[in-house]
Amino acid sequence: MSELNTLTIADARDKLRAKEISSVELTEACNAAVAASDALNAYSVKTPEAALDQAAAADARIAAGDAPDMCGIPLGIKDLFCTKGVESQAASNILSGFKPEYESTVTAKLWDAGAVMLGKLNMDEFAMGSSNETSAYGPVVSPWRRDGSDTALTPGGSSGGSAAAVSGDLCLAATGTDTGGSIRQPAAFTGIVGVKPTYGRVSRWGTIAFASSLDQAGPMTKTVRDSAIFLSAISGHDAKDSTSADLAVPDFEAALTGDIRGKKIGIPKEYRLDGMPDEIEKLWAQGTDMLRDAGAEIVDVSLPHTKYALPAYYVLAPAEASSNLARYDGVKYGHRAKLEAGEGIHEMYARTRAEGFGPEVQRRVMIGAYVLSAGFYDAYYRKAQRVRTLIKKDFEDVYATGVDAILTPATPSAAFGLGEMKDVDPVKMYLNDVFTVTVNLAGLPGVSVPAGLDAQGLPLGLQLIGKPWEEADMLNTAYALEQSVGFVSKAAKWW
Amino acid sequence: MSIDKETARRVAHLARIEVADDQLEHLAGELNGILGFMEQLNEVDVDGVEPMTSVTPMRLPRRADVVTDGDQQAAVLKNAPDAREGFFAVPKVVE
Repeated sequence: MSELNTLTIADARDKLRAKEISSVELTEACNAAVAASDALNAYSVKTPEAALDQAAAADARIAAGDAPDMCGIPLGIKDLFCTKGVESQAASNILSGFKPEYESTVTAKLWDAGAVMLGKLNMDEFAMGSSNETSAYGPVVSPWRRDGSDTALTPGGSSGGSAAAVSGDLCLAATGTDTGGSIRQPAAFTGIVGVKPTYGRVSRWGTIAFASSLDQAGPMTKTVRDSAIFLSAISGHDAKDSTSADLAVPDFEAALTGDIRGKKIGIPKEYRLDGMPDEIEKLWAQGTDMLRDAGAEIVDVSLPHTKYALPAYYVLAPAEASSNLARYDGVKYGHRAKLEAGEGIHEMYARTRAEGFGPEVQRRVMIGAYVLSAGFYDAYYRKAQRVRTLIKKDFEDVYATGVDAILTPATPSAAFGLGEMKDVDPVKMYLNDVFTVTVNLAGLPGVSVPAGLDAQGLPLGLQLIGKPWEEADMLNTAYALEQSVGFVSKAAKWW
Repeated sequence: MSIDKETARRVAHLARIEVADDQLEHLAGELNGILGFMEQLNEVDVDGVEPMTSVTPMRLPRRADVVTDGDQQAAVLKNAPDAREGFFAVPKVVE
């Protein structure tokens, strides 16, 4: 059987259980797709043999009956997740050669459920970037191209390898992480579904930290149903992460009825930006109409502090990063700089970090050090924490009026060309996160759903923002939207 | 607030990142661009607003103060660039 790598998780699960296919066959198809995908640079490490071992074990478990939904499903894993004995470098030279002695909670849950790892996926260095161009492994190339053009496009970032691998059928699904939009923006750029769960839904243990109060792992999949299945597998309380919530995990797939009659959907006026492309505006209006036609009530809402989300984020995230990344000092793991005669430990620290971190990471670590330094702490860091309180309150006020979810564009544009943003001000790149970053600051769940193609044939996404811990309801609304849109486009294979 | 060359040198030191002298001007310019963007926050009235310390209203959980793990010396040192006799090794710190 060919093209097994193009299956969804749900279809593969059903075929595995019906014994129409085996996990070994499925994994072989994915391994072949991965082996032929070097032009995309999506995988930083390939583990085809270990994958086949896991697949054989999954087949035995399926044959014995009672296998979990994810059993035998081949996945790609973002390089930010520590995987025991397999390089985990956060796409940074400072973690060159690092092979963890332990497994992250997210991946441990997946392997316990019988899932199969095909390899590690490229990303922006330490998840800092929106185009995958800050990676020490070089940029990922999107499977998508503009109509009639062979210009290499970004798959987005930071989970760009995950997005390219899922949309290019180099796996059935992938893990991503989202600190300011790093799951939802690349999902939108590549025509796939990406979910950022409520802060605390998924354990952060063993996931290399960027900004601990904002980071959440989540699924990147071909369909909303697949995201629901995947999210159920990785959610839940973990004593090893003190911010992980001790709450029961619903059956997210069972919530997908597609019935959203009577649901109240908010449309925030502050997300209508000056200079936003007409196509994005049109897509948003179409999505709104679709939800209305499906029986939802549409209401205008206001999130007055939206404008201040990006500047607050670019104080808070670098501050947390500068603290988290202090551990990379050339002593415990990874790269250590060579010293000249007469130099000591201070030169070792500073040179190790200068050689090991790329320019964007260095910039953010220094900004973080500055906003936390004596004399500037109140003016920047504390101020941003206060603005964060106001941003969260904006959402609380809207949800208090009975709104069930909020619909927005996922990104301010379609994917751009690799290198196109190279010489622009770093702040310009940060604007990619304008619609997604509020969700991280408020700790809310968000999902990006493919909603159409632009005039050049590139995918565009819409975002639904849910209430805290209401991923099930949010995903059901996303499912209704997905059914109405009927997005079936795939990138034409050129690689 | 604006960052000059000397402040850039100090920030690089705080971050423990070696920056060549001839790169400091450029660095100061970049940092000023980012800080300029952050200045927008001054438009917001935050009088009486508590700074957020936890996005979900929760108390940090406590656990029993007991040993739950250990005897992992080899695993801890496995990835060290330089480990000797059961320790991380670094250049001489004390003369």
